[in-house]
Amino acid sequence: MRKSKNILPGFGPSLGYTVTYISLVLLIPLAMVFLKTFTMSWESFWKTVTDPRVLASYRLSFTASFAGAALNGIFGLLLAWVLVRYRFPGQKIIDALLDLPFAMPTAVAGISLTTLYSANGWFGQHLERIGIKVAYTPLGIVVALTFIGLPFVVRTIQPVLQDLDKEYEEAAASLGASRWQTFSRVIFPALVPSWLTGFTLAFARALGEYGSVVFISGNMPMRTEIAPLLIRTKLEQFDYTGATAIALVMMIISFILLLIINLLQSWNRRRLAQP
Amino acid sequence: MRGKIGLLFALILAWTVGLVSASAASPPVTLLNVSYDPTRELYQDYNAAFVKYWKAKTGQTVTIKQSHGGSGSQARSVIDGLEADVVTLALAYDIDAIAEKAKLIPAQWQKRLPDNSAPYTSTIVFLVRKGNPKKIKDWDDLIKPGISVITPNPKTSGGARWNYLAAWGFALKKYGNNQQKAEEFVTKLFKNVPVLDSGARGSTNTFVQRGIGDVLLAWENEAFLAINELGKDKFEIIVPSISILAEPPVTVVDKVVDKRGTRKVAEEYLKYLYSEEGQEIAARNYYRPRLKSVAQKYKSQFPEVKLFTIDEVFGGWQKAQAIHFNDGGIFDKIYR
Repeated sequence: MRKSKNILPGFGPSLGYTVTYISLVLLIPLAMVFLKTFTMSWESFWKTVTDPRVLASYRLSFTASFAGAALNGIFGLLLAWVLVRYRFPGQKIIDALLDLPFAMPTAVAGISLTTLYSANGWFGQHLERIGIKVAYTPLGIVVALTFIGLPFVVRTIQPVLQDLDKEYEEAAASLGASRWQTFSRVIFPALVPSWLTGFTLAFARALGEYGSVVFISGNMPMRTEIAPLLIRTKLEQFDYTGATAIALVMMIISFILLLIINLLQSWNRRRLAQP
Repeated sequence: MRGKIGLLFALILAWTVGLVSASAASPPVTLLNVSYDPTRELYQDYNAAFVKYWKAKTGQTVTIKQSHGGSGSQARSVIDGLEADVVTLALAYDIDAIAEKAKLIPAQWQKRLPDNSAPYTSTIVFLVRKGNPKKIKDWDDLIKPGISVITPNPKTSGGARWNYLAAWGFALKKYGNNQQKAEEFVTKLFKNVPVLDSGARGSTNTFVQRGIGDVLLAWENEAFLAINELGKDKFEIIVPSISILAEPPVTVVDKVVDKRGTRKVAEEYLKYLYSEEGQEIAARNYYRPRLKSVAQKYKSQFPEVKLFTIDEVFGGWQKAQAIHFNDGGIFDKIYR
């Protein structure tokens, strides 16, 4: 086989660097989860991860994370739109505030959200009157996960929107497109890749979130226990392998989901590339 | 460039000389005390007293660093290599794990110091809203319909395990040692729990800040702290007819002190907890002292209550943990 010469120099060192870095930071820690789990027998692994309580926590973790990411997908897009397309007083401040969910200790977020949404909180008391309970229900978990995932969608869409020339919209309008057509046929397709990225990041972040959720969830077995809490529960019994077993299953499901989203993205890119 | 290196060299030299000369006089020593959440104030006071005592006794300067967190996660840190000279945790079960998993201390560690290695004790009491509107007097009242009880999750919180066991012990006494009845009692109690926070401070928050629940099951020292910080006009402490004797144990971590050469000072640090001064500090921080003379002095602070130990009723922590709290145990059944 002929050794193909890459046009860009430095392929060897950069590949070496990439592999080393990924191994140190990502692969080896992840491999530890596998190794630790493999010290347990297949039966006990299966028994651990199919326990009804664990299954309930998986369901809750994935649906609540999905709901949180979806909410951010909708409102994050709106926010990014408003921040890029309009000028209004206080805009810079709002723009800066958006990153706070990243910087804030998650426990603080959890405690303040619980204060707002519990039965005698500012929001909670009014919601309670119309029969909606937020704190200590799955809905509360969605609220917390929406909060911590907020910046992702906004921050991934913002630069793309900024680069999107106004001329496209003007061209669309002059060719007789309605406003909705301009949005759905011209603007949105250009935003889809970054929108999906933002959604994915928010979703992945929500899956692993522990600190803010445990305060607002109430941690009732079978109802409001998230998977990371059950991992903590196992650790509290010094059952390290049980904890990694739950983690392993979460990792695998997350990986499959993330892979699907990535495939969706590249499919979308190919579709757009066609004339 | 050369000047900079010269300066650096001079600095290193100065630093080394400084170290050597300091150690020649009397080597200062540091201790790390790995403890659990509610002892923060207690050990702040106690460390200051011990530093003074040790200086007067040996002329040596000792610096004590403290680390606080959930009892279980603190134990895991030590197992994973945090170099604690002494551990002072919420339950013997967590220290047993250090002995068993990491072999840092002998299995019989609890026999080494008096009183099961627990220099101070506490118990589980009720915190209710001022005036006790729901007339909660004893454990029986907690299982009545319409009473909302706040306790953390026994699976994640050491303190909550004491709560659970205290209720179980009461039921056993009431129903003539009938385990079946005790299980029913505790099941009913937990059906009255609307929120299971992951830790004791979380539960206190839920009860005090959110105004949720009629009664909070709490360590006596935490209940006192809550009342003193939030006002006697808002809450009051109810002492049930019978409760559990909570014995938060302490021990030296043998492998660590031998490696660091701190055994002598570490052992004295724990022994001094049993002294008159150590006991006074514990009592001032609302832990029940062991020493008769100090207990007498603080008699009015700690109401009399019949107390049973975990060894008497449950045969020790290992058994209690296995039967009640491990996966598939009785606590899990409550929510099946």
